[in-house]
Amino acid sequence: MALLELQHLKKYYATQKAVDDISFSLEPGSIFGLLGPNGAGKTTLLRMITGIFYCDDGNILFEGQPFNPQRDIIKIGYMPEERGLYKKMKIGEQALYLAQLKGMSRHDAMEKVKYWFNRLDMQSWWNKKVEDLSKGMGQKLQFVTTVLHDPKLIILDEPFSGLDPINANLIKDQIYDLAQKGSTIIFSTHRMEQVEEICDHIVLINLGKKILDGSVHDVKQQFKENAFRVQLRQAPELNGEAPFQLLNQKDNILTVKINEGHTGNDVLQYFIHKGIQIDSFNEMLPSLNEVFIKLVEGTNATSRSFQEIEK
Amino acid sequence: MNKILLIAKREFLSRVQKKTFLLTTILLPLIIFGFYAMIIYFSVKPGDKTAIAVMDNANLFNGKIEGDNDINFHFLQNETVESLTEKVKKEEYNGYIFIPKSMAVTGKDSIQVVTGKSAGLITRETIKELINKRLEEQRLLSLNISKAELDSAQQGVKINFPTIQNAGSNDEGKETVGYIVGYISGFLIYIILFIYGTMVMRGVMEEKVSRIAEVIVSSVKPFQLMMGKITGIGAVGLVQFIIWIILVILTRVLGAMLFPSLFGSGQSLDQIKTVADDSGMLQSISLIDWPTIILCFIFYFLGGYLLYSALFAAVGSAVNEDPQDAQSLMLPITMPIIFAIVIMTKAVNDPSSGLAVFGSIFPLTSPIVMIARVAHGVPDVVPYWQLFLSVALLILGFLGTTWLAAKIYRTGILMYGKKPTWKELMKWAFRKN
Repeated sequence: MALLELQHLKKYYATQKAVDDISFSLEPGSIFGLLGPNGAGKTTLLRMITGIFYCDDGNILFEGQPFNPQRDIIKIGYMPEERGLYKKMKIGEQALYLAQLKGMSRHDAMEKVKYWFNRLDMQSWWNKKVEDLSKGMGQKLQFVTTVLHDPKLIILDEPFSGLDPINANLIKDQIYDLAQKGSTIIFSTHRMEQVEEICDHIVLINLGKKILDGSVHDVKQQFKENAFRVQLRQAPELNGEAPFQLLNQKDNILTVKINEGHTGNDVLQYFIHKGIQIDSFNEMLPSLNEVFIKLVEGTNATSRSFQEIEK
Repeated sequence: MNKILLIAKREFLSRVQKKTFLLTTILLPLIIFGFYAMIIYFSVKPGDKTAIAVMDNANLFNGKIEGDNDINFHFLQNETVESLTEKVKKEEYNGYIFIPKSMAVTGKDSIQVVTGKSAGLITRETIKELINKRLEEQRLLSLNISKAELDSAQQGVKINFPTIQNAGSNDEGKETVGYIVGYISGFLIYIILFIYGTMVMRGVMEEKVSRIAEVIVSSVKPFQLMMGKITGIGAVGLVQFIIWIILVILTRVLGAMLFPSLFGSGQSLDQIKTVADDSGMLQSISLIDWPTIILCFIFYFLGGYLLYSALFAAVGSAVNEDPQDAQSLMLPITMPIIFAIVIMTKAVNDPSSGLAVFGSIFPLTSPIVMIARVAHGVPDVVPYWQLFLSVALLILGFLGTTWLAAKIYRTGILMYGKKPTWKELMKWAFRKN
């Protein structure tokens, strides 16, 4: 059973269709990438999933039941893109307070806070105030407050922005660990290289609509262009009928696109036939970045225009 | 409910635990009292003495004009206009009056008061009054009315103003005490609405600007966050009041121990008693229905605070970093409060007028106006039906503004960018979900 299922979700603002008929579902324990350019409607979508906004139309099912913010909110941890903490409040108190707001008792909250502070090496921060922290430290604290109450669904909006590589890796490890323990993670970003690394499944939205849905592997297969990278012992002379088109050549490294009706074997045979030593041959799958740019470019998403919406 | 309490607790503790809390709680009333003491001191302080030389050739005043604290009349002999002018120039006197021989006590000639520097308005009025009073006496005497006859004719009779309900009881002075108590209570509520209302507004703005609001509303409903904040800050206000009351009692007790002559039942209290007896002041303080007033004060304090702080919270949620935005959005909220204080100053004088009755029932003004009327006595000035209607409407009004504010708040707290107009706010408020 899917942990979360969205069915034809819609949210219209006065001048924008922020979310326009989006459906997808999340399997428990997966890391799910929600991608889209700025202003695509990601934040609005997440706010509906966290019960902050009501949808205009459509259904949200949480663990198979209609989503009820009152009951389900404790099973969700949300880290918004705009980070926010009380600047004047002591860090330990703040973490306790936010955990209690999620419905934990003070005693349980205290244990959890201590566990996470130990884990992320933050014990010495307890009596400091947020205004004393650097941006990256604040980010770590924000992450801890998001996962304190062992939520089944963790929603992270741009979790690595502002983190140095060491701390980013630290958080990344925690995310893998949480997924391993059965939490489902929604990971919203427009940084594709992170998604490629972390996510099992992605959904790409643009202008409020879903334009891509699938596992990272499937998406790459779907958008591959039959491009291969061939590394030869020496730079070849290309003449005669070749089963491929040359896309790019840099000395002895060639990027080729195999013609219709041919396979990789034909390419290899072509070079073998010429008596050229082949050092490596591999398929070039498109990066998600390329897929993203290909799908989004030309849809005027970069400057989403305002339009009148008739409801 | 539990979460509202949790939020209220944080709001309360984060304010009370600050070092500045005790400081402002104690210093603020000291500054206010000092300020008022200064105003009273300057208005009561005697001005410069004015000495007027009088050369009364016609013996108009029979050698005497009753002076007062500031103005004295000195009767001189054998002076001329020139010698008097000289004396004023040398600043022996501030001015002079020269009455020519030809002037008669019943005549219509005018009297010249020549001064060195132009006399102030109050001084002129006082001089006029003093001279005319003396002239009136002299004129009556010239009509063969003796001083004793005059005194008995001028003696006022004591006039009481009992109401039908309290027929026969002597409540003279109750008016005055009612006026003072009403005025102070109304004014206190006015200040409370402003101080704690803006405190709520700033708290909401802080949450919005620091972007913590989104984190919190993913855990609790926006309404809970708003109510928690309002409750917590209300509790801060209550604690401040309790501290003030304790301070007042403490200074009295300590004062009585350290300076028994000043406080306690020493001689000074007897003096106060004699002064107060004249106007029936002390009696009338006991005539005032204190339990009702205190009960009403607490109710209208809480009701007014809850009603307005919800509106202030809505404004705080609508604005961004710019405090000027807050100013312009606050105007429609501060207007009824200012309107209420205007009605209140009328209501303490004339608690049964139509405007006062309206103001004390209309929920946006009733917290300030009704408390001023209640001080004049409950069944005789404010009928029970008016009080109950006012209480019921205030409760309804508070529920109404909270409902309205909660809807604006819910949208506003997550909305960044340009300042919304009132039209947009209304749209948020009446949207279905």
